[in-house]
Amino acid sequence: MLEVERLSKSFRGLHAVQEASFAVAEGSIVGLIGPNGAGKTTIFNMVAGVFPPDSGSVVFQGKPIHGFRPDQVCAAGIGRTFQMVKPFAGLTVLDNVVVGALLREKNVSAAKSYAAGILGRLGLGAKRDLLASSLTLPDRKRLEVARALATRPRLLLLDEVMAGLRPTECDQIVAVFRELNRDEGLAILLIEHVMRAVMALAQGIVVLHHGEVIARGAPEAVVRDPAVLESYLGEDVAL
Amino acid sequence: MSLLEGVPRRGLALLAALLVLLLVFPMFASGYLLAVGFLILYFAYVGQAWNVMMGFAGQLSLGHSLYVGLGAYAAAALYVHFGLSPWIGLGAAIALCALAGAAIGFLAFRFGVAGVYFAILTIAFAEFARIGFDHFAWVRGSSGLFLPVANYTENDLWNLRGSPTMFYYLMLAMTAGAFVLCHALLRSRMGYYWQAIRESPEAAEALGVNVFRCKMVAVVISAAMTSLAGVVFAFYYNNLFPEQIFHVSRSIELILGPIIGGIGTLFGPIVGAFLLTGLAEGLRELMLQLGIDVPGVKQVFYGLCLLLVVVFLPDGVWPPIARRLGLRRGP
Repeated sequence: MLEVERLSKSFRGLHAVQEASFAVAEGSIVGLIGPNGAGKTTIFNMVAGVFPPDSGSVVFQGKPIHGFRPDQVCAAGIGRTFQMVKPFAGLTVLDNVVVGALLREKNVSAAKSYAAGILGRLGLGAKRDLLASSLTLPDRKRLEVARALATRPRLLLLDEVMAGLRPTECDQIVAVFRELNRDEGLAILLIEHVMRAVMALAQGIVVLHHGEVIARGAPEAVVRDPAVLESYLGEDVAL
Repeated sequence: MSLLEGVPRRGLALLAALLVLLLVFPMFASGYLLAVGFLILYFAYVGQAWNVMMGFAGQLSLGHSLYVGLGAYAAAALYVHFGLSPWIGLGAAIALCALAGAAIGFLAFRFGVAGVYFAILTIAFAEFARIGFDHFAWVRGSSGLFLPVANYTENDLWNLRGSPTMFYYLMLAMTAGAFVLCHALLRSRMGYYWQAIRESPEAAEALGVNVFRCKMVAVVISAAMTSLAGVVFAFYYNNLFPEQIFHVSRSIELILGPIIGGIGTLFGPIVGAFLLTGLAEGLRELMLQLGIDVPGVKQVFYGLCLLLVVVFLPDGVWPPIARRLGLRRGP
């Protein structure tokens, strides 16, 4: 459903992403991993329309979407979260999610009840009337996910939503993603350093290093790949 | 769906009491008090119009005198030259200001002029107008445009010729109308999108909000609303000078109410207008009674008020009052 073909991006001569190609199949979960500065978020931003690629293409459900604005990408059916969370601080938790829900549901009160349902699903139901600025970081991460889900995406881009979560919280949110994937066929592309979450979720892994894809495939195979071990995971990674 | 759906009962009661008070006010007020009342309502109205742009959508305009002036000149010139009713002039004023707002918005939002740079752009356009109108012979340039004045025994609402009481009620109707409109806007889909853009344009965009379009709508609505105040201003004061009406101090004056009252709130601009205009006029009267004749007392008082609010109530006067009345959730 998402095909990234020979995507490249440079910032002032620094090759952030070079000729990166990978795909996310319909209804699948793919993990994008690699050391800091490998170009993971840059790829996300190009897919999400924050900036256009220098070269290469992004095709979503058969349509090229590189060059789309972020709101057009979202309308096409791709939701995203931000690594540095960006809550609407002055709005309530519910209203944050209502903004997302209004994309497909023009009626405000209908959008409200849809948003309330999503909050419940992510365990934020009790906090719906709090201002988003009063949330803790783990809750803000959940709010990012709730907002993105409210736009009813077919593909969800998750940028390090597990970082900073305790293992139990991490397992909870993994369970939510699994459920969404199984019940609604939601495809997910996730950037993640928490290998516990990646291994639990991903059916395929793409490893990025210095802007280039150095390995891809099934999780069990990728984590034994010598190049991956050397550049990212380390020799004795305990999974 | 009711227009005031979602307002707590206590809020409605307060609103009704205030409205009754304002309705009966002219029966007891002297000519001077009536003029002060008009001024308060005027600032409550333009404050609400400005609040749509800054308070709701987060776009700081420091050049709203442009829309007051354009609206005033459009209606006044059509009346003086062609004898057209200000209600027809109003249509021209709204169209002109919406167009001006759209032009400024397009320039800024298309080319990524944001924040303080956007504010500077709005000042620049108001200044263009001030200098341009100084040399605009059709509206008498810097020597000013005057509307024919006579002693009116009857209120002619169609031509906006009449007593201060008529103008007071007109302004009251406009202020109430603006309140209802703002309430509806804030609870609409667009209102949610504006607030999202105000809080984080990047996040709003990622949720499918067309940021450019929403900002444009905010500017156009705010400009069109403001033009109405300009029309009434022209027919109330009967004289227009580019140096005065387009002056940057006029733009600043009209944003003080919402800042003092509470930016982004529905009641803030109204509360702020009452506080600032009411107290400034009260103080001036007090000085007069005490025989202290110091020019600029009003400005000093404005400054002091702003200072105190910024230090002690950075969100404005209204939010803490609203919380105390149980009209608003705690922070």
